[in-house]
Amino acid sequence: MVRVTTHATPGATDADADAAQGRVYNVAGQDWDEVVAAGEEDRSENELIVVNMGPQHPSTHGVLRLILTLDGETVTDVRASIGYLHTGIEKNLEYRTWTQGTTFVTRADYLTPIFNEAAYCMAVERLLGIEDKLPERALIMRVLLLELNRVASHLGGIGPFGLELGATTIFLQAVRMRENVLDLFELITGLRMNHAFIRPGGVAQDMPAGGLEAVRDFLRKAPRLVHDLRTLIDANPVFKARTQGIAFLDLEGCMALGVTGPILRATGLPWDLRKSQPYLGYETYEFDVPTQETCDAYGRYLVRIEEIDQSLRIVQQCVDRLAERTMPNDPWLIQDAKIGWPARLSLGPDGLGPSPEHIAHIMGQSMEALIHHFKLVTEGFRVPAGQVYQAVESPKGELGCHVVSDGGTRPYRAHLRDPSFHHLQALAAMCEGGLLADVIPAIASIDPVIGGVDR
Amino acid sequence: MGIEEKLPSGVLLTSVEKVAGWARARSVWPATFGLACCAIELMMTGGPRHDLARFGMEKTGSTPREADLMIVAGRVSQKMAPVLRQIYDQMPEPKWVISMGVCASSGGMFNNYAIVQGVDHVVPVDIYLPGCPPRPEMLMDSIFKLHDKIMNMKLGADRQDEITELEEARLKLQPLHVTSAINEAGSEL
Amino acid sequence: MSQAPGEPGTPAGEPPAVEEDGLPAQRDEQPAAAQVVRRGMFGVQDTPDTSGYGLLQIHKRPPVSSEPPYGGYFDTIAQELGGALEADGLGFSDAIERVVVDRGEITFHVRRERLVAVCEKLLKEPALRFEIFGGVSGVHYPEDTGRELRAVYHLVSITHNRRLRLEVSAPDGDAHIPSVVSVYPSANWHERETWDFFGIIFDGHPALTRIEMPDDWRGHPQRKDYPLGGIPVEYRGTKVPPPEERRWYA
Repeated sequence: MVRVTTHATPGATDADADAAQGRVYNVAGQDWDEVVAAGEEDRSENELIVVNMGPQHPSTHGVLRLILTLDGETVTDVRASIGYLHTGIEKNLEYRTWTQGTTFVTRADYLTPIFNEAAYCMAVERLLGIEDKLPERALIMRVLLLELNRVASHLGGIGPFGLELGATTIFLQAVRMRENVLDLFELITGLRMNHAFIRPGGVAQDMPAGGLEAVRDFLRKAPRLVHDLRTLIDANPVFKARTQGIAFLDLEGCMALGVTGPILRATGLPWDLRKSQPYLGYETYEFDVPTQETCDAYGRYLVRIEEIDQSLRIVQQCVDRLAERTMPNDPWLIQDAKIGWPARLSLGPDGLGPSPEHIAHIMGQSMEALIHHFKLVTEGFRVPAGQVYQAVESPKGELGCHVVSDGGTRPYRAHLRDPSFHHLQALAAMCEGGLLADVIPAIASIDPVIGGVDR
Repeated sequence: MGIEEKLPSGVLLTSVEKVAGWARARSVWPATFGLACCAIELMMTGGPRHDLARFGMEKTGSTPREADLMIVAGRVSQKMAPVLRQIYDQMPEPKWVISMGVCASSGGMFNNYAIVQGVDHVVPVDIYLPGCPPRPEMLMDSIFKLHDKIMNMKLGADRQDEITELEEARLKLQPLHVTSAINEAGSEL
Repeated sequence: MSQAPGEPGTPAGEPPAVEEDGLPAQRDEQPAAAQVVRRGMFGVQDTPDTSGYGLLQIHKRPPVSSEPPYGGYFDTIAQELGGALEADGLGFSDAIERVVVDRGEITFHVRRERLVAVCEKLLKEPALRFEIFGGVSGVHYPEDTGRELRAVYHLVSITHNRRLRLEVSAPDGDAHIPSVVSVYPSANWHERETWDFFGIIFDGHPALTRIEMPDDWRGHPQRKDYPLGGIPVEYRGTKVPPPEERRWYA
């Protein structure tokens, strides 16, 4: 084998020619060892390959673009490029009333719609100054839906986690259980996703007939379903080999990068806003905050699956409390006529609309009720000026909603501080130095939802 | 495409159309183009309860090079539109597009600067599926309608005639017949 | 639609008889820093409305400045921060323009030159220890001349279980705010997003580029002077205007 470089210009050196055309080797046959040896010694610097894991990819949890610089199989540099799902939700909110804002905010992080709604509505209620006047039933129903959403979101994270590792059975098992939760959502809120059910002042509707019984049914089945899932995943040697020691981010790293949620809890710190800064009556519920010490992708998976158990515990307590409340007029929306949505909906022959009793009341009995109905539906309520930041513990981390009001019927500015957006910045810290195949479990362990990242 | 495209009109072409249509409809491989909330419903449609695998759609064309059907599930932002077109161009013929959800069909509730108001601005759509998000059963219904369309799709010379017929029928559509008010806005129906 | 500094017809030094919320005005309120406030009922501004509703102001102004004691742990924060800044030779009022305690939250309005120093103290002082960066968000107040663009920072302290907000303002023509990436590395993407949407330039940011909008986009979408960009909705011969052009009631 002869190493040849052709010189394009007189006086040029080997190095110039190599740079221009690349190294050229003449291979005559039976000399593979020499070629390999020459290649090794000629490699003066590492050849880095830049790979684009583009926005359309089955394993990137949505439209996330990753630009990876690889040295062989090792990732030397990972940059995430986002914005492929930017929807302008925050700007849209400025052109809608406060109540209509719920329908937009709910579609930000679409795996945890109830959390988006809760953060936004709680922020609005603090601006209105009614956070102490919410009816008890509304608080319990909110907690019920929030915890069911936590279960659904964790399952929606664990399922694709398995799918991205290539284990479709995990996906099918998780989806099997998630379907049951979506059935409950459909029964209670009317929709499987993007419910727009939590409104400023309470919730949109009361529990339907048979709702509590359906939730109880689910709670009976759920432990068995979670057990099946855990039997499949926890001790699975392939899963463990792919997630143990992967995507390591210890407490120092989490603090430096401002990471909260299951990633922080997998480092051993039991920081959960439901315990440290409780809202919606969480201080009255009994539940634990699961933590792990391993700081890796496997630890985060264990934290999530244990959180499902804790959420089911809270759901049980909510159901018991709702069942105890047998008073005849138990409001689920604030009774203040200037804020609470007026119409009590009912299903009539022509579809869903204000109930006949409500129409009789506003048309025949009370002029104020008619005025309130008219004003609330056309322009909505007015919120005193000011700004508020409300944070909730979403399944992904701390979800905050910063709302600014100028005294009008529309939000002046609403901003969602999404945990996925914040945590994706930690991806570089988790992946650099690891193998290419470890990037996938790393992303899946952060569990980003690109709708929340891009809003 | 293949030799079936070059056959002259006649009994032979009709029989080939039937067989090809039947074969194509039974095993449509979707390109995973899940973007937003509709993607979650798409995933659930592949789950155990509503099982897309029964219709030959379990194998997802993760690479567009082996996909037949692009289900645009979710809102397409301005940044994503060129990517969408590129994926569509990378799919080999025959290919079909279902725009799933209102955001893909028309921009949905997001009538603003950031969202393409309907993916038919970017790719030709075969089936529009409304819903926010559409239930899995609705998605399956749209897939059945697409299967009907595929099974009855003609090939070669017959296809050209079919296209001309469809265009003329669409131009005569009532009661959405073009009025002067809409003409001023420059929209076409 | 922002509130004019004084009520018309009020002699200086004398509180007006009744404010719109029923309380007399405070003596030392700084009118220049009034937040945006709506006036008028039913949103009538331009139409020849003779009902008189257009002149009504029906909502309280938010507090523009609060006096200590602030209540709860807010005083501890203020004192520790003041002490830490003084130890470095910067006065408290040199760095902090004003403090607002409203609806259970404390907001420090920080002068932009001192932002990095304040953040450093908030992170590193053992009594403060605000480790978790809660994000930067921009707000655009086009009527507040000289302070149009605001960057709002939220910080969380896990050690002490506290929250606070920092607000930095910059005028429209000179929209520069120092970057806090050197103190809080996770501010990186948040600052890029705020640049993308509001045009606030963060000096010292390692790579201030567009993050949500396409790289060659022109304009900063979430500013108030940027249109929503919707198209009319056509259905069966009727056209509904886009959301920004529809009739709205303030």
